[in-house]
Amino acid sequence: MTDTTNKTPTEILAPDVVTPEVVPAQAPKQGKPASLWTDAWRELRRKPGFVISALLVILMTIMAAFPQLFTSIDPRECSLINALQTPGGEHWFGTDLQGCDYYARTIYGARTSVSIGLVVTFFATLIAVTLGSLAGYKGGWLDSTLSRFTDIMFAIPLILGAIVILNALGGSRGIWTVSAVLIILGWPTMLRLMRSSVLSVRELDYVDAARALGASDWRIITRHVLPNGITPVIVYATITVGVIITAEASLSFLNVGLQLPAISWGLMISAAQNRILTFPHLLFFPGIFLSVTVFAFILMGDALRDALDPKLR
Amino acid sequence: MTSYIIRRVGQFVLVFFAATFLIFAMVFAIPGDPIRALAGEKQMPASLRQTLTERYHLDEPFLAQYWHYVSGVVQGDLGESFNQRPVLDIIKERFPRTLRLAIYAFIIEMVIGVTAGIWAGIRKDKFLDSLVKVSTVAVISIPIFVLGFMAQLLIGVRLGWLPVTAGNPPSLHGYLLPAIVLAAVSLAYVARLTRSSLVENLRADYVRTAKAKGLSKRRVTGIHTFRNSLIPVITFLAIDLGALMGGAIITETIFNIPGIGQEIYNATRSQEGAVVVGIVTLLVIIYAVVNLVVDVMYAVLDPRIRYD
Repeated sequence: MTDTTNKTPTEILAPDVVTPEVVPAQAPKQGKPASLWTDAWRELRRKPGFVISALLVILMTIMAAFPQLFTSIDPRECSLINALQTPGGEHWFGTDLQGCDYYARTIYGARTSVSIGLVVTFFATLIAVTLGSLAGYKGGWLDSTLSRFTDIMFAIPLILGAIVILNALGGSRGIWTVSAVLIILGWPTMLRLMRSSVLSVRELDYVDAARALGASDWRIITRHVLPNGITPVIVYATITVGVIITAEASLSFLNVGLQLPAISWGLMISAAQNRILTFPHLLFFPGIFLSVTVFAFILMGDALRDALDPKLR
Repeated sequence: MTSYIIRRVGQFVLVFFAATFLIFAMVFAIPGDPIRALAGEKQMPASLRQTLTERYHLDEPFLAQYWHYVSGVVQGDLGESFNQRPVLDIIKERFPRTLRLAIYAFIIEMVIGVTAGIWAGIRKDKFLDSLVKVSTVAVISIPIFVLGFMAQLLIGVRLGWLPVTAGNPPSLHGYLLPAIVLAAVSLAYVARLTRSSLVENLRADYVRTAKAKGLSKRRVTGIHTFRNSLIPVITFLAIDLGALMGGAIITETIFNIPGIGQEIYNATRSQEGAVVVGIVTLLVIIYAVVNLVVDVMYAVLDPRIRYD
């Protein structure tokens, strides 16, 4: 590939390098070449997949932050008289075994899932990016130690590991316990991605140039290596939010995740599992919300990958 | 090449010890007294308590317990449950059912996943491609327990095509629905991976050369591209084994298949640490061995990649 960063837009658009994707109308007017992210944003805005997933993610985040906007009913106010009503009139989504309003509980369930998904992904990514860029950039014993440790963690599948730890922890498992366990098990893949991405960026000319100019390691990593190497990790992290939400729901379903009185889609389905055949609404509503939330994050990661990875075009 | 294999085996040994240690350490953290849990509401005689403590080395330090455990594992002793049944026996009894479920799931996922991926790949950006793309994201997004219950409800009860539970002893017919559910998520990944790998390879130089030589499109795609495109898919299948194991716990619980997964579920509920550790250890070992084999095969099969 030719290096486009030090060329003017007219040079970039010279006939011999014009590709179908680059039409003159898209050229930035400031005389400064568009960055990867500007390019990606321009493309993403026109992709229905990205727009839909972004809207869904925003909707779910608002639902998680302000459930009161969607329902005025208290999800914990239940009366047994109303137990197991099918959807209709007063209770849009029906009621559960305890007579709680299922719509309110489903809405409030978003908070658990979205916050666990975001918190776990944030910290796992932070660990992976920090250690991964250190391992990739520094190399040597640091790299070997971290890589071997990653291999070990990698050998323990997410759900199996989480079952063993959470089962061992016993007692009361809240959002923070479940999140901590998922963080502990969630970073290895992203660390590998970050490391290999940094390894390829490290050898590039502009890093050599920065080093020749006397820049410190810290400056080289934060100014040059990270911005150019983090793209695959961001794509993967977006998908990870969905994966973590699924994992939390599965663990809660298996009774090793969150516990009552927490409100979680996985717990709701777990509590309903013996009545699903007679009262399908108990499965249907939390199941749909759960799947749509995961769908939004995975679709978004997909759209990001398509936009950010020019190889796939 | 030989040195690569030796290094890879060395790495496997390290992973084996470290992973079993981690699992053991995690379970050792279980608060509470397992013997009291076993006694339930009844008072247990001190002598019996003493015997049990000694038998399971509960009074020894942590590292000694780990040593007892890992030296047992190497000799095929995975510990025993509190009613003195060797974990290996439990595994021997239950493993064949899980294996059957996994094999059926594997076949479904390979056949449908690879076919859908190839279809989408050779018709890149056409309707079918978009359909495969969107439907795979949709399938990946549905958690396996939601999918399991939905399948039970729709295919099992409403349509009545397949039995809702696997039955005892499970019949081939009964395995079908759980296997489809277990395969679904990985199937979608396989389809996507096959597609993107095929798309990438179809643009490779050697494909252009093959076309320029005048080979038929069928031969170019069928022989040249297809074989090379499957390499990442096979690697994925090895890694995916981990997800398949996690999925088996849920699938076997939902469809009531008395396999390894259901045993893990039951053991976590009754706090039988030894059984959980025994089975999970075995699964982690299987996972590590399969990945080792695939890595070595990879080195043999793909001469483009040099390991040093």
